[in-house]
Amino acid sequence: MALSGLQIYKLLPGSSKNPEVKKHANCKECGFPTCLAFAMKLGQKQAKLSQCPHVEEESKSRLEASAAPPIRLITLSADGHKATAGNETVIFRHEKTFYHQASLFVKVKDNQADAADVAAAVGAYTVDYVGMDLTLDGIAIEDAGGDFAATVKAVKEASSFPIILLTDDPVKAEAGLKAAAGTTPLLSAATPDNWEAMAKLAKQYKAPLTVRAADGDLNALVELAEKVKGAGVEDIVLDPGVRDYSSSLAVFTQLRRLALKKNERKVGYPIIAFAGDDPMLAGQHIAKYGGFVVLDSFSPGTAYPLLVLRANIFTDPQKPIQVQPGIYEINKPQPDAPMMITTNFSITYFSVANELESSGLPGWLLVADAEGMSVLTAWAAGKLDAERIAKGVNTFGIADKLSHRRLILPGHVAVLMGELEEELPDWEIKVGPREAVDLPNYLKTQWG
Amino acid sequence: MPAIQIPTQKWSGKVREVTLGATAADGGTRAKTVTVGGATTLPFLHFDGETPHAPVVAIEIQDRYPEDWSPILLEVWGDAAKDPASWAKAAEEKGADLIYLKFALNDDLSGDYARKIVRQVLDATGLPLIVFGPGQVEQDNDILVSVAEEGEGERLVLGVCEEKNYRTIVAAALAHGHLVDARTAMDVNLGKQLNILISDMGLPLDRIVMDPTTGALGYGMEYGYSVMERLRLAALQGDGMTQLPMLVTPGEETWRAKEARTDEGVPESWGDWTERAINWEVLTTSTLLESGADIVVLRHPESLKRVKGMINALMSH
Ligand code: B12
Ligand code: SF4
Repeated sequence: MALSGLQIYKLLPGSSKNPEVKKHANCKECGFPTCLAFAMKLGQKQAKLSQCPHVEEESKSRLEASAAPPIRLITLSADGHKATAGNETVIFRHEKTFYHQASLFVKVKDNQADAADVAAAVGAYTVDYVGMDLTLDGIAIEDAGGDFAATVKAVKEASSFPIILLTDDPVKAEAGLKAAAGTTPLLSAATPDNWEAMAKLAKQYKAPLTVRAADGDLNALVELAEKVKGAGVEDIVLDPGVRDYSSSLAVFTQLRRLALKKNERKVGYPIIAFAGDDPMLAGQHIAKYGGFVVLDSFSPGTAYPLLVLRANIFTDPQKPIQVQPGIYEINKPQPDAPMMITTNFSITYFSVANELESSGLPGWLLVADAEGMSVLTAWAAGKLDAERIAKGVNTFGIADKLSHRRLILPGHVAVLMGELEEELPDWEIKVGPREAVDLPNYLKTQWG
Repeated sequence: MPAIQIPTQKWSGKVREVTLGATAADGGTRAKTVTVGGATTLPFLHFDGETPHAPVVAIEIQDRYPEDWSPILLEVWGDAAKDPASWAKAAEEKGADLIYLKFALNDDLSGDYARKIVRQVLDATGLPLIVFGPGQVEQDNDILVSVAEEGEGERLVLGVCEEKNYRTIVAAALAHGHLVDARTAMDVNLGKQLNILISDMGLPLDRIVMDPTTGALGYGMEYGYSVMERLRLAALQGDGMTQLPMLVTPGEETWRAKEARTDEGVPESWGDWTERAINWEVLTTSTLLESGADIVVLRHPESLKRVKGMINALMSH
């Protein structure tokens, strides 16, 4: 937990009992008039500890520890791709936001003939959601009695995603780490039986290490994490050993509370969660505190909804995702192409734009500044009215680009028609369908 | 090393228990009733408090054949969807806890017509019934008053009861022993306020379910998720006007979304249509259950099965 300015002051030279240190008190070398002023700035994160050359070693380590995030950020990497977890600060997303999207991994087994093909498909998968390219994050390789090192090598060649090595056998682990050379994989896992060997490997190969206890036993988990840390491994991931809905919700919640509410450093690490083949369980792990989430298989019809779920949960609740208001040209419109009104909420804009684009029909989209709200929300909040639409039409100069004076309103705001006719007397106002899916058909039949 | 203490959270508040439907003993004709609410914890955190009643799943049926529904839904319900009574029966056979009957928007909706349909559905199934009008103030008022009379004593849930039209519907619920669905647009304070207005008319709080509305996955679901989490936190902290079970309609929202509705001109990366559509419905639903939903209304029987499985798994401890 972060220290207050006064707590910090107690650790600076101004409060020291050692005369050799105390003599520097208020020397101003940090750039602040007093030690206290510097402490206050440090508390507000507007200064760096290194600005004071006289802090005692012991104080320094306490101050550094307090500045560290309550849940350590762990980064796995390969050829330019990264998968991160940790560094969260709240239990509920509405309290601020969730920062690091849960990383989604797909599992292959080392006795699975098509492991490399699966890895290639996972690595190549990308899907567009409101203008963002969503992708999965990595491949987990499970030791199932096959050739572990060879599978790791094949997977590494087939995709450029980070890797999780799932084996309890230190010999295989080392072979896997060698095969994964040049990347930062997650070694999974250290157990009460193998932890010394695993910790040694993790240190030697600079890989983060999972610690796994049985059946949600948090004391056993902490004990193991402390041992591994004592052996010099700092990048730790927790696997509390639970796999079902009910216990994982309970245990992951407890770990999150311990780290954030109880300031319990010993569990201040991200969690690895295993969802098997159940998308709803994966969904729970995404919303409820999984850091690295491992799925048993890959299929676009499941990956797409899960990636959207993750994007939703990790959106900053204070800022709706928006597009820039203005005129958007879809499919190279000519002056006689239809002109349509929509809002600058990303989900709204892309629902309409994607529909038009895939239909191949050309059109002009006037994206009104509705402060990032959907059509009906904006209408209900008074951010999409006849005046605003008219203002958009006039300021964006759309008339100059058109050979006609007809515009199409979203069907949901048909009520604006009368007022808009008054605001824009030269224009013919048409009411489109309610849902964007029905827009292409409407244009084909009603726009002549 | 000192042992880790499990960080439990004790709350002073409790969600109210609400019973839907009435058996003969209580003046109705239902074979069984459904009780929701009663929780003294955030969803499924059994180490913190009690969850005496599992969330329940309703299946949506409509008064007439919903031509505009996704072909996936029309195919799976087949001929049953052509008649509300057989549809209700089919939904009961598939394992629904409740039937949610929605009247589609239509010019020739009338009180008498609605009465007839509700009677058919009540006769066809022993499950408690939720009845929603098309969501237009005038038509809703018209038909729901007749529905309330027809279902006298059945403890139906009448919806939607919004700020614009709550008076008529609450009066009908009061007169004929029903419950109401109090819907507001994703806002904690608006939700509280409507509950106050309704209970000021004399309807006891254990005859209100709160409906904070939701969007589908990808279409605003996260707003509903956080509003429900905040409402449930307020309830547990002791705010009486938020201590009501919550009803949401993820089925309707999902099947409006393009991902579920159609497979025409969609990118290859969206994957298999049915797989994607069902996942869309179950993921919207499961996420809302994790944030506090007590009654979820679904459309596809496979989603019903999966969501029931998830609820059972989360209730075991
Ligand atoms: C998420 C949401 C919110 C979010 C805001 C999200 C955002 N950034 O806009 C929050 C929680 C903040 C919110 C707030 C409010 N909301 Co609100 N909200 C919703 C919700 C659940 C989903 C909206 C959404 O994102 N839809 C998805 C987008 C893509 O839909 P869309 O913009 O309409 O676009 C579709 C079509 O219109 C069409 N389309 C779009 N452009 C065009 C153009 C043309 C030419 C054509 C043909 C078609 C077309 O294509 C899209 C896909 O089909 C709806 C209820 C629902 N389930 O629909 C209520 C809803 C819109 N909200 C409503 C209300 C009243 C409000 C509030 C005023 C109430 C309040 N809580 O205080 C506030 C206003 C905001 C404020 N004062 O700050 C009401 C509006 C009622 C009405 N009919 O007037 C609704 C309908 C809920 C309800 N049933 O009461 N809301
Ligand atoms: S550098 Fe600043 S904080 Fe350090 S001893 Fe001097 S005045 Fe105090």
